[in-house]
Amino acid sequence: MSPSAVSLATIFVIVAMGVAIGFLAGVHQKMDLEQWTVGGRGFGAVLMFLLMAGEVYTTFAFLGASGWAYSRGGPTLYIMAYLTLAYVVSFFILPQIWEVGRKYGMQTQSDFFTMRYGNKYLAGFVCVVGIASFIPYLQLQITGVGIIVSIASFDGIGRTPAMAISIVLLVAFVFASGVRAVAWVSVLKDVLMVLAAVSIGIGIPYIHFGGIGPMFAALAHSRPAHLTMPGATANLGHTWYISTVLLTSLGFYMWPHAFGAAFTAKSGDTLRRNAVVMPLYTITLAFIFFVGFTAVLVVPGLPNGDVSLLTIVRKSFPPWFLGVIGGAGALTAMVPASIFILTAATLFAKNLYRPILAPAMTDDQVAKLARVMVVVLGLISLVLAIYKSATLVGLLLTGYAGVTQFFPGVVLGLYWRRVTMRGVFTGMIAGVATVTLLMLSHRDPLFGWSAGFLALCLNFLITALVSWLTPAIVVPE
Amino acid sequence: MSVAMLRLAAGYNRGPVRVKKPSVGALLLGLIPFVAMCLSVSLWDRIQPMIFGLPFNLFWLIAWIVLSSLCMWAAYRVEIARDRKDSGVQ
Repeated sequence: MSPSAVSLATIFVIVAMGVAIGFLAGVHQKMDLEQWTVGGRGFGAVLMFLLMAGEVYTTFAFLGASGWAYSRGGPTLYIMAYLTLAYVVSFFILPQIWEVGRKYGMQTQSDFFTMRYGNKYLAGFVCVVGIASFIPYLQLQITGVGIIVSIASFDGIGRTPAMAISIVLLVAFVFASGVRAVAWVSVLKDVLMVLAAVSIGIGIPYIHFGGIGPMFAALAHSRPAHLTMPGATANLGHTWYISTVLLTSLGFYMWPHAFGAAFTAKSGDTLRRNAVVMPLYTITLAFIFFVGFTAVLVVPGLPNGDVSLLTIVRKSFPPWFLGVIGGAGALTAMVPASIFILTAATLFAKNLYRPILAPAMTDDQVAKLARVMVVVLGLISLVLAIYKSATLVGLLLTGYAGVTQFFPGVVLGLYWRRVTMRGVFTGMIAGVATVTLLMLSHRDPLFGWSAGFLALCLNFLITALVSWLTPAIVVPE
Repeated sequence: MSVAMLRLAAGYNRGPVRVKKPSVGALLLGLIPFVAMCLSVSLWDRIQPMIFGLPFNLFWLIAWIVLSSLCMWAAYRVEIARDRKDSGVQ
C-alpha cells in the first residue's frame, strides 16, 4: 500500500467508528423536537463534561492554534488565556441562565431573549446574528477537514472534493442522530485528541531538537521576536491581546450552541463545578503550540500556517500515524460542526421563521424545515470554504465579533432590572453595525484594538443610555 | 405543555427575572485570573527567564491555568457556603 492509502484508510476507519457510534446512539430513541435539540434535559456530570469538552477542542484549536503559532507567533497565546477566562465568566452566568431556562422551559438562546424582553423582532435579530456568526465557524470546520484529507493523501485529493465529502457525511450524521449522539462521539474524539496532542507535542520537538526546551532555545536564538507579541505581525500587540481576550472570553458562552448546552445540564451546580474543572483541559493546548513553534524552524516558508501541524507530522512520523492524527482531527471537525449546524438550523426554523413569518406552523413542520436548513447551511458554508479563504483563527474571530454583541443583553437581562428592550435592541444593532462596517472595510484591528471589542463597548454604552431614557417594564407579580 | 411554556410560545412579556446574584467574594476571586492572564500582559510577555525550557510568557499562562482553576474552586466554596447559610436562615 502506498503511504497515502495507509493514512487515508486510517482516517476512514476512525471517522467510520465515530459515525457508527453516532448512529447507534440515535437509533433507540424516538425523537421529538425537544429531544432532538436538548437531549431531554437529563445529562449527568460526566456526559455534560464530555459534551462541553467536545465543543472546545475544535479544528480551530488543533490546526488553527498551531497555524497561528507558526505564522503569527506570540499572538497565538491569546487562545490559552481566552479559553481559561471563558470558564471563569461561565461561573457567574451559566447557573443563572440554567435556572431561568428550567423555570420557563427554554430550549434556545432566542427563547431567553423572547422571555426577558418580550419582542419577537429582537429575538429574530438575535437569531439572524447567531446564524450569520455560525457560518464562518462552520466554514472553519469544513476548511479543516479539507486540509486534513489533502495532506493525508499526500496532495493526491484536492481540498474541494474533500470538503464536499465532509459536508455529505456531516448532514447524514446530523439527520440520523442529534445531540445525544454527538456527546457519545465526543468520547471517542476526546480520547483520540488528548493522545494525539500529547504524543505529537512531545514527539515532534524531541525528534527534531531532542526536546521541548532545546526547541524553544533554538527558536529564541534564531527568531526571538517570534515568541512574544506582536510576533510576526505588525498590529497584534498587547492592546490587541487584551481587547481580543476580553471579546472572546465574554463571547464564548454567547454562541447559541454553548448557551443552549447550559440548558441540558442536570443542575446549576453542575455548571459551576464545570467552571472549576474545565480550565485544566486547556493545558493540552500547550502541546499544540509546541508543534506549531517547532514547525517554524523545521518546515519554514509554508504559504498557509494552518497546514503546518499536519505537514510536520507527515515529515516526522509513518503514514499510519498521520492517519490517526488526521482521523482525530476529522472527528474534531465533525463533532462541533454537527452541533453548529443543528443549532443554526433549529434557530432558523423555530425562532426566526415560525414566530415572524408563519405562526401557524406545527412542531412537525418546524422539524422538517430545520432539516432542510441543515442542508442549506451546509451548502452555504461549503461554497464559502471553496471561494473565500481566511486563516482558521481569522474565521473564528469574525464569528466572535458577532456573537459577543449578545453579551450586554444577556448579562444585564439577568442582573439589571432596569434594562429595557429598546436599550438592548438599539445597543445590539449599533454593535453589530459597527463590527460589520469595520470588518468589511478591513479595519480590524482598529488602532491596535479588536474591532469586535470596540463594538461591544459601544453596545454596552448605548444599551445603558437608552435603558435609562426609556420606561422600565413593570412586572405584575 | 406548562403555562410557562405557553407564555413563552405566545411571546408573553415576562420582563425582569429573579436570579441569585453571585457574591462579591466570588466575583473578586474571578477577577484574579483576568488580571493575571489578560490585563497584565505587558508585564509577563517576554522570553526570559525561560522556565522548564518554556518561554516565560507561555510558562506564565500555563501556571495560571492551574491557578485560575484554584481561584474558581475557592469561589465555588464561597458560593456553597453562602447557599447553606441562606437556606439555614429560611
